Amino acid sequence: MLIKKPADMLASEITPREIYQQRRRFLREVAAVAAAGASAALLPSMAAAGQKIPNVRKGPFSTGDKPTSYQDITSYNNFYEFGSDKKDPARNAQNFRAFPWTVDIAGEIKKPAKYQFEDFLKHFPLEERIYRLRCVEAWSMVVPWVGFPLRDLIRRLEPTSRAKYVEFTTLHDPEQMPGQKPGLFGAGLDWPYVEGLRLDEAMHPLTILAVGLYGEMLPNQNGAPIRLVVPWKYGFKSIKSIVKIRFTEKQPLTTWMKAGPSEYGFYSNVNPNVDHPRWSQASERRIGEDSLFSPKRKTLMFNGYAEQVASLYTGMDLKKFF
Amino acid sequence: MLDPNQRVRWIAKPALFATALLPLVYLVYRALIGDLGANPVETINRYTGDWVLRFLLITLAVTPLRRLTGWNGLLRYRRMLGLFAFFYACVHFLSWVWLDQYFVLADIVADVAKRPFITVGFASFLMLIPLALTSTNAMIRRLGAKRWQRLHRLVYLIGIGGVVHFLWLVKSDIREPLIYGVILALLLGFRAWDRARRVPATVASGAVR
Repeated sequence: MLIKKPADMLASEITPREIYQQRRRFLREVAAVAAAGASAALLPSMAAAGQKIPNVRKGPFSTGDKPTSYQDITSYNNFYEFGSDKKDPARNAQNFRAFPWTVDIAGEIKKPAKYQFEDFLKHFPLEERIYRLRCVEAWSMVVPWVGFPLRDLIRRLEPTSRAKYVEFTTLHDPEQMPGQKPGLFGAGLDWPYVEGLRLDEAMHPLTILAVGLYGEMLPNQNGAPIRLVVPWKYGFKSIKSIVKIRFTEKQPLTTWMKAGPSEYGFYSNVNPNVDHPRWSQASERRIGEDSLFSPKRKTLMFNGYAEQVASLYTGMDLKKFF
Repeated sequence: MLDPNQRVRWIAKPALFATALLPLVYLVYRALIGDLGANPVETINRYTGDWVLRFLLITLAVTPLRRLTGWNGLLRYRRMLGLFAFFYACVHFLSWVWLDQYFVLADIVADVAKRPFITVGFASFLMLIPLALTSTNAMIRRLGAKRWQRLHRLVYLIGIGGVVHFLWLVKSDIREPLIYGVILALLLGFRAWDRARRVPATVASGAVR
């Protein structure tokens, strides 16, 4: 099937608004029926970063905050696999091969499987979710993700009663990811990158697997082709370029916990009251919004998602389980 | 025609002064054309911090270079280089208390007290102040060369503090701070080696003191 590049002129400029909207509604309804199947059919030609994703509907939980510019979201990245400078990923990920892509899913589930990237699009309708993203380094962005709830995937896999945690692993390929080179030539972490969630966190409707942003396939530097997004936790929990998902009984040991157990906890929920040893977490700088001479803005508990997620942690001492 | 003294005074020193200002000029230029990236405050903090370390290392390189090349005239530029290290430290400090902390005193105090990398950086900055204040000829005379020199050995500690400040800031990729650390170690190591070499063995072993 053919993918058309967006025309310079908007459809709304040529067609009377009412008719255009009707048409839109019709298309949406047709799309909803064909939903995921249609986007999967589009895949072969879609399999490149920056390609427009068809049939994305508006999802719940989107913030009204102004989205950060595409330029900033795709040029200011912490993705140590491609280098530890924020500008490195955009530079070094250009030739990364995100397609074809397989995610190996196993562990405490009844239906272990290897998912081709296309399979995700076949099974799960895509939604736009505009989420705040808060980095542990006290800056934040607003990102219009395209993805699907992780819970939709988990339900298909049928976790056993022993599944308590979900462990995610990033691709390990030092040839393609220069930051993974050993010793002094690398970015100093134990590769591959591992992250984890408690099963109920993974099942939370806010948690998504993202395949795009701004309506387009994920650029390589943002974790192509598929990544996790957990908006109430610090950014490093939202692991990128996932190749492995494991359901486990024991709490996974994450990469940053290994690197600095006193600095990075398993939960890493955004919490203005619990400081990181290097950064106060009470406030943050919104990328692209605040001017050079404006003060930082207050950080919100659970990054502003307390209403949705606070109940996951009732009775827990969040200073201890940071 | 200018005599050698005048040449240093009217040509070499102004040229060095202008050169040493270039990093700041370049930063201002980038700010004006909007080239400070997605997080301008972080860019400015890192950039000015880099230049503090560089000027500290350049200043600390004067003595080893002088010893190795026998070019004693180098000494005439050391004060200016040291003062530029202090100047960039002031800009770095200002960018932190103003752009980063927005002059909120409680946050600044909390950061100095609670974040080891800031504690070390702040202490190093404080130690630079007496060195800058006693950099004039009049102050050298007032203190006496011996005491002045002893005071100014603080710069070794400041250099170490600066490198540690950077090392503790980075999360996992320590390559860059390590480069500064290696250069600093070479510059300080040279001094130790040079001293051991020049002082007669009897004194070095402590027999005469």
